[in-house]
Amino acid sequence: MAQPVISARGVSKRFLTHSSKATQLKERFVKGRGLGTEEFWALQDVDVTVGEGETVGLIGPNGAGKSTLLKVLAGILRPTSGEVQVEGRIASLLELGAGFNGELTGRENVYLNAALLGLPKREVDRLLDSIVAFSEQGPRIDEPVKHYSSGEYVKLAFSIAVHVDPDVLLIDEVLAVGDEAFARKCLAKIEEFQRAGKTILFVTHSLDLVTELCTRGIVVDHGRVQYDGDPAFAVGTLRKILGTDRPVGAPAAPTLMGGITVRAAVAATTRGGPASGRFRAGDPLHLRVECDVLPGDEVYPGEVGVVVMGAGDIPVFALRTPPGAGLPAVPGHYCVEFVVEAVPPLNGAFILGVQVDHAETGLPITARRFDDAIWVETGTLPGLLDVPAKVTVTQA
Amino acid sequence: MSAPAESAPSQDRAALARARAAAQGSIRWELLSQLVRKDLKVKYQGSVLGFVWSLANPLFQLGIYYVIFTKVFTNPAPDFHVYLMAGLLAFGAFNTAVAGASTSVVGNAGLVKKVRFPLLVLPLSGVGFAMVQLGLQMPVLLVIALISGVNFFGPPLLLLVPALALLVLFSTALGVLVAALNVRYRDTSHFVELSMLIWFWLNPILYPAQLVKTAFDRAGLSDWFWLYFLNPMATVVSTFQRAVYQTPTYLDQGVSKDLLVDGGYVYYLRNLAIGFVLAGLLLLFARRTFTRLQADFAEDL
Repeated sequence: MAQPVISARGVSKRFLTHSSKATQLKERFVKGRGLGTEEFWALQDVDVTVGEGETVGLIGPNGAGKSTLLKVLAGILRPTSGEVQVEGRIASLLELGAGFNGELTGRENVYLNAALLGLPKREVDRLLDSIVAFSEQGPRIDEPVKHYSSGEYVKLAFSIAVHVDPDVLLIDEVLAVGDEAFARKCLAKIEEFQRAGKTILFVTHSLDLVTELCTRGIVVDHGRVQYDGDPAFAVGTLRKILGTDRPVGAPAAPTLMGGITVRAAVAATTRGGPASGRFRAGDPLHLRVECDVLPGDEVYPGEVGVVVMGAGDIPVFALRTPPGAGLPAVPGHYCVEFVVEAVPPLNGAFILGVQVDHAETGLPITARRFDDAIWVETGTLPGLLDVPAKVTVTQA
Repeated sequence: MSAPAESAPSQDRAALARARAAAQGSIRWELLSQLVRKDLKVKYQGSVLGFVWSLANPLFQLGIYYVIFTKVFTNPAPDFHVYLMAGLLAFGAFNTAVAGASTSVVGNAGLVKKVRFPLLVLPLSGVGFAMVQLGLQMPVLLVIALISGVNFFGPPLLLLVPALALLVLFSTALGVLVAALNVRYRDTSHFVELSMLIWFWLNPILYPAQLVKTAFDRAGLSDWFWLYFLNPMATVVSTFQRAVYQTPTYLDQGVSKDLLVDGGYVYYLRNLAIGFVLAGLLLLFARRTFTRLQADFAEDL
């Protein structure tokens, strides 16, 4: 087990409502201490331990206490009771702006922000070009940031946070602000962080991001941790809380049994080749699914199924391990490789849905989706399929 | 993707992580200078004369008081403007430092609420800002003294060193205290502003300290004059004056008079010692108060 980087034990946080706070001496004397105090527990007895290299998605309904938890972990808010310990340099992206001064230029804010995070100036000199390039600000870097749009604000803030080489990255629902191209860049950067073994904790309402990116999901509701574990389960738990787990009137989705987790699903053109995910029709497709059969009281044999889905989750084709040739009921890390000799003439970005079922009972054990895992660029016309056709035009 | 191996590099990384956590939590000179630079930039952003304005204020004060105290009321003390200048600059820096520190945490709410960093640098940056200003004002006003024919070079000038040190220490102590209190009680900064108006007159800036001494003597309390220097700023101001004003006695209609309360060194060093002890105690108290209150800053802002 990797050593804990973040550990919170029995953390509770109480807020006193604003009206009861004597911010002026007069009120303090008139009201007296504690009179008319209304309290609100944003967090109650939260235990969270995050190990080195984990990527944790913190999800929950609005007002559940996610942001408060992040601020407590970031050392910005003091817990009313309990203990918090974080090892290493923390870069936090909380809400918009992350501590920019509007009067200063982008460049000056870079220096100030990096200094706050504990970076020496010569280090910032070295990183500056890279920060500016990543933030896509170009010459605008010398304009006061008060003239930036909210998207540009976040771009610069994110760029600083990822360039200061933090050990722990805390992100609060800011990735949604930039445009799609930037969001992709951010995700690529986060994946790079994951490979470098850094610890990431982010609050998000984008549940796909959790199943796609996280190694772990934590569901917070009413100030308490409701679930902590497999991202797919976390998402399922939250959907149950939110009541969005099934369309109105539809039967309840089968609950997942757990015991196996899907670590990754990677598409490449050659066996073990670079996982670009980009294909042309006719290319060979090597699909590698990595699973962990977890040790526990009950270990099941699993059948691994992959569904390639187009926009709107429309299934295009599916692959499955043959009966009796799936994951054995032995704990360990497994790679399942599917080979498709020629990619069909698909068109666009496709989702990989991975589901592991019990080999004997057929009950679902775990499920995970990977958005945009496969890109096929065949034609320029809309549609999932690129259909060649002979076209003639004649005068009738 | 494989889990990071539990090996030597991982141990190194843990040690590095601890060092970095410490760097993020301790007060660094670099951070302080960045914050001071930020305050300077923000203050003079968009003004044509920029930093000249920080010189204009003391120069005008000096000009006004000079006209009043040498032209409107006749004053036989020679080079009175040098005496005035020493006191005005010292107290002006103190005023700027404490006022700046008092609003430093509230004024940087955006940072306090979003980034983890040692919050104590905020009041320190307020003091730093005032000291940078003083550093620019001093040479200009010393040049004025030189132009008007006052030679202040000499051993007494060395007294500036401990006097400046006490000024920094005392401003820091008071600044840290009011910065912390101002988060919970926003009245603090207004209270500080008013207090400074009174405090100005508790120091021998526009009047000679000798005047107070004479009053003590007349009341038969000669042995109690040291009480006047329980105000560390009175010590700072009078030591500044001793350092640059080199004509301790002058003749007024044939009678020898003192503008300074003492023409030696020991007297000032004793007062400085009292000041250092008081300011040091205040700093300890202020730091404890700040540390106790700072955990709630992000919530109170």
